[in-house]
Amino acid sequence: MIRKLLATAALTAMMAASAFAADDKPAIVFDIGGKFDKSFNESMYNGSEKFKAESGTAYGEFEIANEAQREQAIRNFADQGYSPIIAAGFAQASALEKVAKEYPDLKFAIVDMVVELPNVQSIVFKEQEGSYLVGMMAAMASKSGKVGFVGGMDIPLIRRFGCGYVQGVKAAKADATVFQNMTGDTGAAWNDPVKGGEITKGQMAQGADVVYAAAGATGLGVLQAAADGGALSIGVDANQNYLHPGKVLTSMLKRVDVAVYNVMKSGKDGTFKPGILELGLAEDGVGYAVDEHNKALVTAEMAAAVEKAKADIIAGTVKVHDYMSDNKCPVE
Amino acid sequence: MELYVEILASTIRYTVPLILACIAGLWSERSGIVDIGLEGKMLIAAFVAASGAAVYGSAWIGLGLAILTSVGFALIHGYAAINQRGNQVVSGVAINMLAAGLAVVLGNEWFREGGRTPALPPEGRFLPLEIPGISALADVPGLGAVVKIFFSHSILTYVAFILVPVTAWALSRTRFGLRLRAVGENPHAVDTAGISVARLRYMAVIIAGVLCGIAGTFISISLSSSFVRDITAGTGFMALAALIFANWRAWPALGACLLFGFLQASGTFLQGKHLLGVEIPVQFINMLPYLMTVVLLAGFIGKSIPPRASGLPYIKDR
Repeated sequence: MIRKLLATAALTAMMAASAFAADDKPAIVFDIGGKFDKSFNESMYNGSEKFKAESGTAYGEFEIANEAQREQAIRNFADQGYSPIIAAGFAQASALEKVAKEYPDLKFAIVDMVVELPNVQSIVFKEQEGSYLVGMMAAMASKSGKVGFVGGMDIPLIRRFGCGYVQGVKAAKADATVFQNMTGDTGAAWNDPVKGGEITKGQMAQGADVVYAAAGATGLGVLQAAADGGALSIGVDANQNYLHPGKVLTSMLKRVDVAVYNVMKSGKDGTFKPGILELGLAEDGVGYAVDEHNKALVTAEMAAAVEKAKADIIAGTVKVHDYMSDNKCPVE
Repeated sequence: MELYVEILASTIRYTVPLILACIAGLWSERSGIVDIGLEGKMLIAAFVAASGAAVYGSAWIGLGLAILTSVGFALIHGYAAINQRGNQVVSGVAINMLAAGLAVVLGNEWFREGGRTPALPPEGRFLPLEIPGISALADVPGLGAVVKIFFSHSILTYVAFILVPVTAWALSRTRFGLRLRAVGENPHAVDTAGISVARLRYMAVIIAGVLCGIAGTFISISLSSSFVRDITAGTGFMALAALIFANWRAWPALGACLLFGFLQASGTFLQGKHLLGVEIPVQFINMLPYLMTVVLLAGFIGKSIPPRASGLPYIKDR
C-alpha cells in the first residue's frame, strides 16, 4: 500500500515537473570548484546573474560536487525542458554529448571544449593570445630575465596557456628564461594551493621574479607565495589583481561571463546558433586586466608594447601559435 | 645550487604535517586504536584554523580552535572504538567523510566563497620565524644555505620536530608511555594490573587529536593563507604509510617522513628536468612512498609488525 502511494506520489511529481516545463529557461551546470571560485566558475556565475538582472528570467543552476553528478545534473535540466543548458568546463564534454544526443530538440552549450552535434554550441577561447600579452608584460616587468609559469592539470588546454605565454615572453625579450611546471595529472591539481606555493618557491629560487598561474584554486597558492617572496604574479580567467594589490602584475582575462551571457540571451531571443564559436582578442574574448590595484606596475612603455601587439594579432600580422593545433610548442 | 637548497627547505616544509600526523597515528595505534581518520582530523583542523584566524585575526586563536575541533573528532572516534567497540576502520573512514563534507558546507555558509575561507593577513598566519643571530647569517656564503634549509620556518615546524624525541622518550621511559604500549599489546594484562584500558586509550586518542590539530593548522595557515576543499591532499594517508614503514616507532617515523617529504619536494621541483638525458618521470617519484610501503608490506624489505591488539576492541570479560 505504502509502496503504491509512493509510486503515485513520484508519478505526480514527475508530471508536475513536465507540466511546469521551463520554456526556454536557461540552465548552467558549474564545474568542480563551485560558483564562488574567484576564477572560471565565478565569472560564468556573474554572466548568468547579469542575464537574470537584465531579462528578468530566472535560470537553473547546479554546482557539482563530484564527477558522477555531471551527467545527472545535465540530464535533470534536460528532463525539465531547460534550454539552452550550459556545461561549464572541458570536463563535462562527454556527459553533455551523451545527453545532447538524447534531447535533439533542446539547445546545449559547452565552454572550453568542442562537442560536434547539431544542437550544441561549443565556445572555445584563444587563450594563447591573451597569454601572449601577459607574457610580454612579464618579460618587461622582470628584472632577472627569468619568469615562471605554473599550470594546473597537465592537459593540452593548459599547455596552450603556457605556450602562448612563452611566445609573448620571447617576443619581448628573446633571451629570457621561462620555467614551466604543471601541478599534477588529476583533477586534484586544480585545488592544491600548497603544492602551487611550493612550485612557485622553487621557480623563485631559480631566479624567476614574475610567475603566471593558470591553475584554478591552486593559483591562489601561487599568488600568495609570489607576494610573500617579493615576486610578481599574474592571475587568470577572472580579474585577480585585487587579491594582492600591488603584487599582481595583471590577470589574463577570459571572458566566460560574456560568453555565458550571450548564450543565455541568444536562447531567449531565438538567435542561438550551434557550432564552434572561437573567441580571441578580436572578439574581446580574452584580454589583460588593468585596474587601480596594478596601475602602478604597468609602465607606459609596457602598455604601449602590449597594445601594439594586441593590434598586430587582431590584424593578423603577428600569429600566436596554438598548442592544441599540433600538440607542440615552437619555443620553450 | 639555489634549487637544491630550495628542495631541502621544501622537504622540511612537506615533512612537518607528515611527521605530526605520523606521530599522532603512532600514539593512537600504540594504544591499540587504529586511526584511518588522521586525514579527516587534519582537514577539519585546517578548516577551523583558517576560519578562526580569519574571524578573530589571530593565528594563535586559529590554532587553539583547530586543536579543540580535532580533539572533538578524535573523541567521536574514541567513543565509537572504545565504548561502543565499533569497527575502528569504519569509524575512521566516517571521520574522513564527515570532515570533508562539513568543512565545505560550513565554509560556504559562513564565507560564501565556494567552501574557501578568506585570504589571511600576515598576523593571521604562522610565518617564518626571525631568530635573532641566526637569520642574520642568511647572506653568509655556505652558512646561508644551512639557515635557509633549517631556520627559515614557522614556529610549528620546530614544535613538530621536537615532538619526535619527546614521543620516543615518553613511550619508552615514562610510566604512562609504557602502560600505553602495554594496552596496545596486551590489554588484558594491563586490566589485570588494575589500570583502566579505556582511560589510557582515550588519552592516546586525545593526544592524536591535538597533533592532527597542529598539522592541519600548519597546512592551512602556515603553508597557505586560506582553506580550500581537500587542502590536506592525502597527507594523512601518506603519514599512515610512513607509520607502517617505520614499524610504529618514533625515530624511524621521522626518517620515513623526511624521506617521503623529500620525494614530494623533489617530485615538485624535478618536473621537466633531465637526468642523464632522460626526462625524470614525476608520476613515478610521486608514487614511490606508496610503492615502498606496499613492497614493505609484501615482506621484501624487512617486516612490519603492528601492535598486537591494534584494531581490536577491548572486551573485559573474556
